Amino acid sequence: MRTALVMALVIALAGPTTSRAQQRGGAAAGEAQGRQPAASSRSARDAAPIDLTGYWVSYVTENWRYRMVTPAKGEYRRIPASPAAVPLINAWDPAADERAGNQCKSYGAGNIMSVPGRLHITWQDADTLRIDADAGTQTRLIQFSPRASAPAPRSWQGESTATWEPATGGGSLRVVTSNLLAGYLRKNGVPYSERTTVTEHFDITSLPDGSKLLLVTTIVEDPLYLTGPYIVSPHFKKEADGSKWEPTPCSSTW
Amino acid sequence: MLIHVVGRRAIVAFLLVVLAASRASAQFDFVGSWAPLGTEDVQNDSLPVDYLGLALTDEARIRALSYDESQKSMIERQCAGWGAAYMVLGPFGLRVTTQTDPVTNRVVSYTIGAWEDWNEMIIWMDGRPRPTEHALHTQAGFTVGRWEGGGLAARTTHVKAGFIRKTGVPLTDQATIDWRFFRHGDVLTVLMVATDPVYLVEPEIISKSFRLSRTPLDYRSECVTGYEGHEPGDSVPHFAPDQNPFVDEFVNLYRLPREAVLGYRETLYPEYRKKIKDTYVPPPPCTESCGAAGNFVLRRQ
Repeated sequence: MRTALVMALVIALAGPTTSRAQQRGGAAAGEAQGRQPAASSRSARDAAPIDLTGYWVSYVTENWRYRMVTPAKGEYRRIPASPAAVPLINAWDPAADERAGNQCKSYGAGNIMSVPGRLHITWQDADTLRIDADAGTQTRLIQFSPRASAPAPRSWQGESTATWEPATGGGSLRVVTSNLLAGYLRKNGVPYSERTTVTEHFDITSLPDGSKLLLVTTIVEDPLYLTGPYIVSPHFKKEADGSKWEPTPCSSTW
Repeated sequence: MLIHVVGRRAIVAFLLVVLAASRASAQFDFVGSWAPLGTEDVQNDSLPVDYLGLALTDEARIRALSYDESQKSMIERQCAGWGAAYMVLGPFGLRVTTQTDPVTNRVVSYTIGAWEDWNEMIIWMDGRPRPTEHALHTQAGFTVGRWEGGGLAARTTHVKAGFIRKTGVPLTDQATIDWRFFRHGDVLTVLMVATDPVYLVEPEIISKSFRLSRTPLDYRSECVTGYEGHEPGDSVPHFAPDQNPFVDEFVNLYRLPREAVLGYRETLYPEYRKKIKDTYVPPPPCTESCGAAGNFVLRRQ
């Protein structure tokens, strides 16, 4: 009896310890509260608390006017643009972008998840998540292991590092992206600079019909062209297959 | 012997308390004040006919087009407020408090505080059963929650027939609203999935983020009725659905496709963007209220 009680006590204490760990807030800004540290011995793929792989389609029920059509030149409502950004906003010239080979400026990591289209998420290897977007034919590589090599040249999708944030019965993916080329937060030329950092949190939930929804809380921070974080949360419905996958090139006007 | 018995009982009591606490643990701290960010366009209520981002049935569209904002000037409707969905559609932040059982210290419920035109929402966390189908339906409805996968999941039922958008888009009392609350650092993202078998072809899905506020928020305000041009007994302001004078106001202001403004399902998917690519003409450059502070579209003069 005594042995059983002691064992039960050990088990019980192990449970609440986990719960307490989950309740501790992250000390660093942006660190999710209530998350357990990921196991370090397993690959990111094996340690995944949620399955992000598959085809996902944008479900554009918010920010419709800023995403589905090109807004008027000069309009930047709901974006905390800095005074330094305003002349650039008013000088937006899509034809010049096209001529300069910058037609992908609105498809960079600061905005790509808000561009209506489909995502195809796969594991490139055990520690690299790959996100292909058919809009603009963009590819993001999300690294879970620190890269030892020198930083790559700046690019539209930059360099992304990720951590799992497991929780009881699920969890979340946190992605931090930097080393970006300057781009646009909207098609009509609202800028973000090369100094931008994009922090994303990927969460999955079920819809009432049993299908899956991917929610990407996106926090864009730019010390140059934003006065504060620009936060949006585009969401995607899961699709059964890639039959509607249709890569299209970047366009500076559409 | 007595010491052994007392010791065992103490251990058993301790185990029960610990296990109960384990089951009740919140996965993040939900309590506090969450300030609105205003960076997402989800209100869609600045012009009378704006159903962008909705997948409406024909019946819903007809009802919405018959709505006249002047209804809110009727003295008996001035303080009617808005339904549960307005938590994310409205402009305010969230003030979350909790109620605990004084004996077990377990969370019984969370309460999201009321605004001037929105009733408080109580999220019951104690596993209580829902009322019967025929129980009272209210603006706030009845909401039950649970911790799930790192977030707080909740479902609202028993809502009173009303609106899902301030532009008169209706919602029946058969609607359910599913909520997910995700916290990432100081950012709380609220996901709303509204389902209505009568008026929505597909769920309305809105996600909106809030930021933890160091300053307590309190939006409580008394609603005071007053004469606004309608006497008791006046007819209810409305339009014949096919004669709504504002049907093209938003369409013309931003040169938007009419079927998008009127809430047709196909307009929510990327294929629609490709469909209108060759016909869409952007509006002229913005000259007024163009920036972050101008979060609302221009009102008609």
